[in-house]
Amino acid sequence: MKVLEQLCQALLDPSSVRDFQLADWDRVLRVADTGLLTASLAERLEAAKLLGNVPMPVQARLQAAQIQCQANRRAVAWEVSRLERALKPLDVPIVLLKGSAYALADLPAGRGRLFGDIDILVPRSRLDEVEACLYWHGWIGSHHDAYDERYYREWMHELPALMHQKRQSVLDIHHTILPPTARFHPDPAKLHGQAVPVPGQDYVRMLAPHDMVLHSACHLFHESEWDKGLRDLYDLDQLLRHFATQADFYPVLLDRAREQQLQRPLFYALRYCQWLWQTPMPQALIEQSLREAAPPRLLLPLMDALFLRSIRPIHPLVQDWQDGWARFCLYVRGHWLRMPMHLLIPHLLRKAIKPYLSDKAPAGNRPG
Amino acid sequence: MIVADLSSRELRRRLSDDGLYLHSGPFICRIQSVLAKVADGLALAYADYPLADADYADFHLRLAAPRLRRWISPQVQFHADVRQPFLPLPQQQAYAMFEWGLNWCVSQHANQYLILHAAVLEKNGRALVLPGHSGAGKSTLCAGLVYGGGWRLLSDELTLIRPADGLIQALPRPVSLKNASIEVIKQLAPGAIFTPTVMDTSKGSVAHAKPPSDSIVRQQECARLAWVAFPRYRAGAALNTQTVSVPQLLMRLAEQAFNYSLHGQDGFSTLLNWAQSAQAFEFEYSDLPQAIAYFEQLASQPHTQLQHEAAPV
Repeated sequence: MKVLEQLCQALLDPSSVRDFQLADWDRVLRVADTGLLTASLAERLEAAKLLGNVPMPVQARLQAAQIQCQANRRAVAWEVSRLERALKPLDVPIVLLKGSAYALADLPAGRGRLFGDIDILVPRSRLDEVEACLYWHGWIGSHHDAYDERYYREWMHELPALMHQKRQSVLDIHHTILPPTARFHPDPAKLHGQAVPVPGQDYVRMLAPHDMVLHSACHLFHESEWDKGLRDLYDLDQLLRHFATQADFYPVLLDRAREQQLQRPLFYALRYCQWLWQTPMPQALIEQSLREAAPPRLLLPLMDALFLRSIRPIHPLVQDWQDGWARFCLYVRGHWLRMPMHLLIPHLLRKAIKPYLSDKAPAGNRPG
Repeated sequence: MIVADLSSRELRRRLSDDGLYLHSGPFICRIQSVLAKVADGLALAYADYPLADADYADFHLRLAAPRLRRWISPQVQFHADVRQPFLPLPQQQAYAMFEWGLNWCVSQHANQYLILHAAVLEKNGRALVLPGHSGAGKSTLCAGLVYGGGWRLLSDELTLIRPADGLIQALPRPVSLKNASIEVIKQLAPGAIFTPTVMDTSKGSVAHAKPPSDSIVRQQECARLAWVAFPRYRAGAALNTQTVSVPQLLMRLAEQAFNYSLHGQDGFSTLLNWAQSAQAFEFEYSDLPQAIAYFEQLASQPHTQLQHEAAPV
């Protein structure tokens, strides 16, 4: 597991790469590539003025990752400007979520972060309007069968992804941050109510700092797919460090978590950020406030083991045979948190047998 | 040390064990495979490539046989570290799959370069770029110039441009030839060494020609662009050239780039500089020796810097 520690350490304290041999770089970059963290590492090294000191082949790879990341940012800015043009006449509140907000607001969490989809939050009552309007501007639902359509529209917190016909960009429209079928129901109106302007943008907004952290935590710890887990936890660390400089950030965050029923995900987020990234935080205040949100004493060591295994990038250098099981357990947990049993069991059964019912060939390319 | 210094046994041992590390242009590749087709292809086509230290690689490539199909029509799967970007192919095509897989690695990851889908050669310090859609005769002309005209091979498929100075980074690899052009080049250059022809690939029959050892020895040497020729083979056609204007050239180069949009404004300025400094033309031909003679004459003329009005940037 040494490689993972080296990667985490390099992200925390770039000067630690001074001791790296080429063989260390080889392993660290392979794991960073798999975990989508290469460009973040490059940005950290550049900020510390250490990029020039790393071996030439490594520099070239870090530079390639940065170029891709910068292109990603330009693409997002353009995409948001197109969204703005399409939706402004409706005068509907649009809140950018996750990566696109970090990038446009130039938050430290956005530096070096790669992302594919753009996520926005709109009020549920305006969904039909927004979807129809985007349709006329070229964003059209990607192919789903009737079951998928129903799954998303009845049970999920987002619509089936839309794809722009010309640019092939993918847009996820959320109306809240957890599925309506989940046990907790954070109120999206409160998110809209406190949303703040994105610097440099006059129409789209982003979540207030405490909501941004809660959404990121809620997203990570209700997730059933874990391949980007390490990157997502790094986002959280970067957000926490950045916002901690604001007065009263933690008290407001903890109050808001109670108000929005998101104490459990926040508990995990803070716990693992401290373990993995040594994120500085007001210990006593957090313990007092989140005591009742902690999972039962017997469950906690199990969750620790599962989370810390699942967030490892899926690369043989940092994986062992138990990690697959851990990911499977959290996959089931993710679904269980999302839906009650009477919906979940038929859904999972359907997902399990679907590949055998379909006569389509598996996705893949021909080389050459 | 080069690949040819390894005994065939040692080569196989490395391939099936920790991997064969070699320098290919600016990249270090680690190759692992227990398949005989891969070992034989590498022994033949990569004989002159320098070995690299076994501690770092830019690309970790593995060609493995999926176990389920071990006995019935065996297959080969290409692994780029943990990724498997392609569907498996028949095991006959294992070596070709390695070449295509390495092309994929470079075109997907080496974004520090602006990458064009084009062959590139050099003579007397000046580079000739041959962009082309497949079927245009780009590879045949490239092989003809390398094996019949003594041009240095920088790449038969991927032109790597350094955005900082516009120079071309060499990435010499075995030249991929298809169908009738395999025979054409074998007749033109009887001394050239080929991997065994593989039939019935998605591109027809395919063989790879070993690059001249001089191209490999000089694989770290960059070259400056002088000419861009858009080859078009047409049976029976007389040799014919037609000048391509600067704006046209810029558009067509951008069209041939894998990662033009990633480079944003730098990509635009790089290609604009290229378009303004190169002599560009359509090149229609049918007779390969005549084409080689044309380019020989071009390369022996003193270089004339083209005068264009400075474009507003």
